Amino acid sequence: MTTEGTALIRAQHQPEHERLGLSADQVLRMYRTMVLARRLDERQWILNRQGKQAFVISCQGHEASGVGSASALQPGLDLMCPYYRSLPAVLVFGSTARDVLLEGLSRAEGPWTGGRQMPAHFGDVRYHILTSGSPVATQIVHAAGAALAAKIRGDGAVAIAYFGEGATSKGDFHEGLNFAAIHRLPAIFFCENNGYAISTPLGKQMAVPNVADRGPAYGMPGVVVDGNDLLAVYRVTRQAAERARRGEGPTLIEAKVYRLTPHSSDDDDRRYRAPSEVEEARKAEPLIRMRRYLEEQSLLDERQEAAIQESVAAEIEAALAYAEQAPLPAPTEARRHVFQEAA
Amino acid sequence: MAVMTLVEAVRNALDWEMERDESVIVLGEDVGLHGGVFRATDGLQKKYGPLRVIDTPLAELSIAGLAIGAAMNGMRPVAEIQFADYIHPAFDQIVNEAAKIRYRSNGTFGCPIVVRAPFGAGVHGGLYHSQSVEALFYHVPGLKIAIPSTPADARGMLLSAIRDPDPVLFFEHKRMYRRLKGEVPEGEYTVPLGKAEVKRPGTDLSLITYGSGVYLGLEAAERLEREDGVSVEVLDLRTLAPLDQEAIAATVRKTSKVLVFHEDNKTGGIGAEVAARIAEELFAYLDGPVMRLGAADSHIPYAASLEEAILPNTETVVQALRRLAAY
Repeated sequence: MTTEGTALIRAQHQPEHERLGLSADQVLRMYRTMVLARRLDERQWILNRQGKQAFVISCQGHEASGVGSASALQPGLDLMCPYYRSLPAVLVFGSTARDVLLEGLSRAEGPWTGGRQMPAHFGDVRYHILTSGSPVATQIVHAAGAALAAKIRGDGAVAIAYFGEGATSKGDFHEGLNFAAIHRLPAIFFCENNGYAISTPLGKQMAVPNVADRGPAYGMPGVVVDGNDLLAVYRVTRQAAERARRGEGPTLIEAKVYRLTPHSSDDDDRRYRAPSEVEEARKAEPLIRMRRYLEEQSLLDERQEAAIQESVAAEIEAALAYAEQAPLPAPTEARRHVFQEAA
Repeated sequence: MAVMTLVEAVRNALDWEMERDESVIVLGEDVGLHGGVFRATDGLQKKYGPLRVIDTPLAELSIAGLAIGAAMNGMRPVAEIQFADYIHPAFDQIVNEAAKIRYRSNGTFGCPIVVRAPFGAGVHGGLYHSQSVEALFYHVPGLKIAIPSTPADARGMLLSAIRDPDPVLFFEHKRMYRRLKGEVPEGEYTVPLGKAEVKRPGTDLSLITYGSGVYLGLEAAERLEREDGVSVEVLDLRTLAPLDQEAIAATVRKTSKVLVFHEDNKTGGIGAEVAARIAEELFAYLDGPVMRLGAADSHIPYAASLEEAILPNTETVVQALRRLAAY
């Protein structure tokens, strides 16, 4: 066999992460971020049941789509307009377990809101994560605006907006995508379609099977990806980012995921979906899927898995210990920052 | 000094600031090639290019939302809503996003946008080209609201608004765009937000107003001087939020009788807030009830005979001032 032929066979059997140019270290770090997001999320539910955190809104089931997409971008350069299930994505951009728990417990030191907003209202000026509110879909237009600013300056940044499929029913989605496509803005519109907007299933949200089907109508590619597959998400997002940086315009990505928890700590999902459906989804969930891949590639064994779980647990416990002793915001803070304060 | 109309003063301010600061961009419907339906942005796209003077799709929500996103990424956007009547689709972006960005981020983000919009009646614009919308936003913390009444104020206040670190709604009365000319200082000239101005000094009655009310008020004040020998002070609020409480207090202490007057309809309007503050804080200085005058609580119809029946005019202002003078 020729050398070229050997190379071809090797390429065909090359592990997916290598084909994407990711090292074993990089892909393990991505997996660890997924684990961190999951365990942080679970810890917040416990804090909620303990009466320490008034509200939880979950990212469980969204770990591969969040980590895979954000990892395909350039933290420090690119901008993120997150929504309330973007915990895995903001961890990639620089947010920490301590940030998450300071905000979860509404501490003064919380870097996103300082206890002003409910948990999971991400936004950190240090990491180019734009502040987010609770209204659904407004951030889609902000991403287009941020991408417009990037294009005017020519700084090479890409703006990504995260949102659920429910958000695509709002005018903000239409107006944001339309404008971004007209001006070929460096933007990525990343929909995490988990099948439910609180209780409302997909079929009552739209009459087409895929959110991504709408992309071509705006003049941009619409890409469907398995949101449980970290590397597939990474691949399509990197393609979208490259396209954006080449000046070719925005991409609509739809990651098909499943929300493994109720909508929030105030929701009872047994009212609108069968527990068996959730159990079925758990079999394909992103952490199990990625762990299996890493094991197949001999990048992870039981001992290493245990080490990751232990280090994540230790990181969370240390962050929690810090957050629990951190003070609540003083009442005198409540009226500050309505407008910029005099220097 | 140059003599300009109000709309020319707006355009001049935009030009000055775009020249001075590269981060200033203008976006809205028909603002580029066409120069705006009132020509407020005439020539700017030719001078600064289509990247900085952007013709948007016909979609007000995103005109505000794009400005917000660009502002969070270092720009100083000036968004134009073609008529204030069409600002309502952008209400969520302005009220839930722009107004709250600094507060909700604990002061780490700002939203330095200006949303300009022609407003007001008297041009046969019917229900949807005549509205005054200031009171709808007045209730919202985190928004500044400016309404200039002269070309000089328009230029100076717009420069202040663009440089302001927080969102400013800048409402320009369309009937006054070309009706009057005035001397406008050129070059580096700003009028601070939050400062009212006495447009006519007086000693017997105070007329507190803004926008087109300034002109009806000045006409009415002259008639009262001439016909009744009553001296009316006309205070132009200029900025509604934040309100210049010192200037209000000064005129109330001086005359002890106050009429608050605006073109917007009366109920739940700015006049209600000004009157309430005077009643709360300056009661001891009053020699009569704080009175209000505004348009009828109706919509603005098209036919001249109908529109005139809704809006205040010099005569209704004179009558209100005479009722007040009788106390």
